[in-house]
Amino acid sequence: MNHPRLIHACKAMLWRDLTLAWRRRGDIAMPVLYALIVTMLFPFALGPEDTLLQRIAGGIVLVTVLLAMLLTLDAMFSSDIEDGSLEQLVLSPQPLALLLGMKILAHWLTTALPLIVIAPLLAAMLHLPNAVIPILLLALLLATPLLSLLGAVLVALTAGTRRSGMLLALMLLPLCMPAVIFAAGAVAAAQQGLPWLAPIAWLAAALVLAVVLAPLACAAALRIALDA
Amino acid sequence: MTHWIPLWLHRLSSPPTFYRFAGAVWPWAMGLALLAGAIGLYGALVLAPPDYQQGDAYRIIFIHVPSAWMSMFIYAVMGVASFVALVWRIKLAEVVAMQSAPIGAAFTFITLVTGSLWGKPMWGTWWTWDARLTSELVLLFLYLGVIGLYHAFEDRRQGARAAGFLAIIGVINVPIVHFSVNWWNTLHQGSTINVFGASKIAADMLWPLLVLTLATKLYYVASLCRRVRTDLLALEGGKDWVRTLAAREAAP
Repeated sequence: MNHPRLIHACKAMLWRDLTLAWRRRGDIAMPVLYALIVTMLFPFALGPEDTLLQRIAGGIVLVTVLLAMLLTLDAMFSSDIEDGSLEQLVLSPQPLALLLGMKILAHWLTTALPLIVIAPLLAAMLHLPNAVIPILLLALLLATPLLSLLGAVLVALTAGTRRSGMLLALMLLPLCMPAVIFAAGAVAAAQQGLPWLAPIAWLAAALVLAVVLAPLACAAALRIALDA
Repeated sequence: MTHWIPLWLHRLSSPPTFYRFAGAVWPWAMGLALLAGAIGLYGALVLAPPDYQQGDAYRIIFIHVPSAWMSMFIYAVMGVASFVALVWRIKLAEVVAMQSAPIGAAFTFITLVTGSLWGKPMWGTWWTWDARLTSELVLLFLYLGVIGLYHAFEDRRQGARAAGFLAIIGVINVPIVHFSVNWWNTLHQGSTINVFGASKIAADMLWPLLVLTLATKLYYVASLCRRVRTDLLALEGGKDWVRTLAAREAAP
């Protein structure tokens, strides 16, 4: 009896968050625009030489996507805290970790996926060789959910505070560093014609670990941040 | 079953008892720290011979290495105290964890600055993106994140619990960061001192290093005791024991 209810709750959660995001479509476009603008600024600052841009293209795209995601992390729970639906979520009979997992999935679908879709365009703007772009996309597909999951834990921790923008960046930096290193390592290795599977495999392993642990940690963090 | 644990040990977790205990401990710890620091510095700066390769510049090791050890030791203390605070909800553990953070951040900062000063003559650069330097910098950011999160909450106990949770996440994260940056880039010299097996350092250089390590540990104890005492007074401001204390000190 309990089992189908759980699936229904998860579905409803995911559907609700996606609907809310769709009602404010303009917000989805913001990170994409931000990433475009940041990527555009690099050639102006560094000069338009192809060789230089080619060498740093992978790293720039990764960091830009990371920063664009960081901008949206702050809003992950804020509207739910304001209207009190987060408290209802904590009180609901379904496991909180699973419902939060759905929220994280919705966040990833609405912010990271559009960024991944325009990533080839960003990479092309910086003259990244076409052969490397699939590796970049693979790295982004593994690294962005990792960032969403880790970011959700930190956002949950700051849920009870008023100002959290800069603090979130400070807290996320140490956590996301390994993801950036491995994702950029894979792209750089592919660019030099070296085997790139090892860093991708490490990223995938980290993602599997985070998929299991991060929702639980997120639920625990939310319980800490909300009980006053 | 738990007869072997002395009774005073669990009594220490009560704020008034710990307040008295810390008040008795800190002058001794500070005195011994100053004494050990003086002896260690004399041994380090006067008695120890110059290095055959690095000359006198290597002497910065006597500040750099004890600080680096303390930066990690204090993080471990903070992690364990946070764990105790979250599992058993002991107020004192929260205070210890949160008051350790600024001391640990200071030691991390000293490590980075002295390392940078040492790097200039040895490697020819103030900073390099080496694995150990980067992990130490990340450690500093972890400390700053914990301190920042603690102060972002209006309720101090809630802030301590949230920041403690972050500290525990950091404990898991530090080995991952160290491993990943190691894989990424390495220039730093390997460990010279090994607890298990022979150390690669001369005995007359080793003893000042160990004495200074002891001095930093004692300083940490003294500093922590004073900070915890102050914080306990602020946290327990409305309680009877603080009032009696204040009344006693106010009366001539």
